[in-house]
Amino acid sequence: MASVWEALRLRMLRRRLLWRAFRARARLTEVVRRPIPKGAILCFGCIRNEGARLPWFLQHHRKLGVDRFLFVDNGSTDGSAAWLAREPDVSLWTTGDSYKASRFGLDWVNALLMRYGSGHWCLTLDADELFTFPEEHRGLRALTDWLDAHGAAEMAALMLDLYPKGPLGGTHTPGQNPLELLPYFDPDGYSRTRMPRYAHVSIRGGPRARVFFRDTPERAPHLHKTPLIRWHWRYAYLSSTHLALPERLNAGFQRPDLPTGALLHTKFLPELLQRSDEEKARAAPFTHPDRYGDYYDGLIAAPDFWHPGSARYENPGQLENLGLIQRGLWASGQEM
Amino acid sequence: MTVGFVMLCHTALERAAEVARHWAERGCPVVIHVDRRVARLAYDGLVQSLADLGNVRFSARFACEWGTWGIVAATQEASALMLRDFPDVRHVYLASGSCLPLRPVEEMKAYLDDRPRTDFIESVTTSDVGWTVGGLNLERFTLRFPFSWRSQRKAFDWYVSLQRKLGFRRQIPAGIEPHLGSQWWCLTRQTLSAILENPDRAAIDRYFRRVWIPDESYFQTMVRQFSTNVESRSLTLAKFDYQGKPHIFYDDHLQLLRRSDCFVARKIWPQADKLYDTFLRGNSQGQASAEPNPGKIDRLFSKAVDRRTKGRAGLYMHSRYPNENWENGRTAAPYSVFEGFSEVFENFEAWLGKVAGTRAHGHLFALDRAHFAGNESVFSGALSDSAKLRDYAPKNFLSNLIWNTRGERQCFQFGPGDRQDISWFIACDPNAQISVITGAWAIPLFHSNKNFGDIRREAAWLQREETYHVGILRSHFAKARIRIWTLAEFVENPMEPLQSIIDEISPRSQRRLTEAPRLADLKGFGQFLQNLRNQGMQPVMMGDFPTGEDPAPAASRRGRPYLVK
Repeated sequence: MASVWEALRLRMLRRRLLWRAFRARARLTEVVRRPIPKGAILCFGCIRNEGARLPWFLQHHRKLGVDRFLFVDNGSTDGSAAWLAREPDVSLWTTGDSYKASRFGLDWVNALLMRYGSGHWCLTLDADELFTFPEEHRGLRALTDWLDAHGAAEMAALMLDLYPKGPLGGTHTPGQNPLELLPYFDPDGYSRTRMPRYAHVSIRGGPRARVFFRDTPERAPHLHKTPLIRWHWRYAYLSSTHLALPERLNAGFQRPDLPTGALLHTKFLPELLQRSDEEKARAAPFTHPDRYGDYYDGLIAAPDFWHPGSARYENPGQLENLGLIQRGLWASGQEM
Repeated sequence: MTVGFVMLCHTALERAAEVARHWAERGCPVVIHVDRRVARLAYDGLVQSLADLGNVRFSARFACEWGTWGIVAATQEASALMLRDFPDVRHVYLASGSCLPLRPVEEMKAYLDDRPRTDFIESVTTSDVGWTVGGLNLERFTLRFPFSWRSQRKAFDWYVSLQRKLGFRRQIPAGIEPHLGSQWWCLTRQTLSAILENPDRAAIDRYFRRVWIPDESYFQTMVRQFSTNVESRSLTLAKFDYQGKPHIFYDDHLQLLRRSDCFVARKIWPQADKLYDTFLRGNSQGQASAEPNPGKIDRLFSKAVDRRTKGRAGLYMHSRYPNENWENGRTAAPYSVFEGFSEVFENFEAWLGKVAGTRAHGHLFALDRAHFAGNESVFSGALSDSAKLRDYAPKNFLSNLIWNTRGERQCFQFGPGDRQDISWFIACDPNAQISVITGAWAIPLFHSNKNFGDIRREAAWLQREETYHVGILRSHFAKARIRIWTLAEFVENPMEPLQSIIDEISPRSQRRLTEAPRLADLKGFGQFLQNLRNQGMQPVMMGDFPTGEDPAPAASRRGRPYLVK
């Protein structure tokens, strides 16, 4: 009986999210919209003043095999919206609404997913995330074909915080590969907890947990995401791309047969220092924004995340050997 | 004499056309069957693109849903057309639209010319196959399967178990010995025509129509009736994962496919341009007489699948959270847990590190923080000494530690005063070597300068914790290497247990211990225990410690005891 009520609760929650998304669509102003070919792989995102990150972001994901990008621009002032609108594979909407009131942009993204994502493989990312997965050189199309053949509708990815050696800082020229500035990550020290609430696995750890949440690990940022989903208009993201509904979409980390990927998280680029003030005001983290005041103050203080155990990022194969991502049953071409 | 190809296609028709053209232009007739569910437009396009080739035919179309009779019907129809229209054909090769020839057609022809009477078809009796998905072997032939395994799995399973319960059985037609095998075969004209022109064919087809996955059993069974020379293997390289789904080959499999020396491989990802370019248009001359060698790929794939699904021993995959204890081992390497030793001996950790050549940590699970060796605050691989971080996921903490330091044995102290959450984990880990001196927690209390009331309360608490912990160690679930002494037993003869523990930690050193760690001062300890008793607390974990008099060998050997060899 309990499970029936639980299912009902989730269904109502999902419907509420869809309703919000439906309403949010009216608040989006179309700037440019490109036709979407059948079977195209789409990338969705909500951005604001990401002019420096976007060129590399687009280049990286085009190379992976994303066919079309669909962005919502939330009042950028750095000219990035105009730049985006000129890109041939980018569709762009703008809105001046409150980021916070639209559940941190998620209502807008859900709206676009509902309208344009149904039936497509959709990669939903933030501008500071670079998606990668085992056998990346085969491309996204090979991956999604394989997932289709195995009846999987989702793929999970671990957020991997990248950081420099020494305190945050330096200069990042727009279009530069962020990995040149942020070559290090934590190869270990991640914890996983199975959460019954949305049938997902909560992963925490990484440099932020190590430095800022030593004493409150249960408040450290979540690192599990499900960025790649074969979308259906009845699906909805619940909390960033950490959680999706229906809850079977959260199973990606629980299936040993499916590949998982990583999101190279380039949050700690130098821009961050100027932006943390603003972010603090925008209260970007999802749950309990009040608890993160110290966290932003810590970021503004330009900490040094590096320690002797840090690893230098090389390629997805390295992440696989470290056990951070897995290939599941997707067979390798190399002898191991 | 030549070989004719029957191709069953349902997707990626452009690729199928390329392959068909490759074969047809090299003098091999091709009959193509296209799934009826393919749209007419696409089908017409395929027919158009091959219209210039005189030795390509298209057979009547059937709907080929996975695991259904349609695939067999399509094969029969196309094969009959092949035998009828191309009298030159001696071997008929069944291929799919996602097959790719790996070796020149001439080599294949020569290979088959050397074996003109041989039928290449994997054909194994039902009792000998170990690879069927769903666990159905003989029952494929004796039950009914009205529900689709892929889209109506629950109904499928329910109906199978219902038939089992009711004891329902279909009658297998007389003279038929069920065999199973790969769908992809290469049969001689004689055998194939005998199967197709069999006077009983109508009855047999009627029976097989209701068999589950008949494409893996129809020809495999019938060939046993008519062939004089069955070579039970497939000439097509096709690998399956444990879910019964075919592995897909990509550009990066090029070298592997080359070295396999197989004639045909499936299934190829349609956009693997490099593979298609290399094998269809390149001049990949292998060793002309090489025997196909799928074993190489076999080994590689099974190794990969094994490792990818199990994970390596002790490495928790951060990327996933499988079922509890599903991991391939809890920890990566052996490690030692010492309970009570650092209380009984002075400076035990330093001694242990020196003697055994290991990392000897303090109490890793202490309440205040993780006491790493050398008092480091971050240990290898980003392990923090923060107690909160550790207690958030203690199992991960320990297995991360063991994984990060593999190659170097880890030892740590544990006791009833520590966080106990890890007890079950280490007790059930075959990699753990746990040595316990029960009751040793009383020694620090004995040396402490506290009010006796506080000491009594603390002793009661520690004893309760330890009793519970030892209960876990003694449970029949425990898999660790566990040794337990009472304090009284241990101090009577400390060297022998120490020697056996050290021998186990570094078996190669084979040294007698010459230097023992210094025992803590136990003068008056017996009286201390008696005082506890007098105050109403019953200390039992330290064993039968004599009251009043002090343990003879221990107390008298105060100082540095040396063992005489």
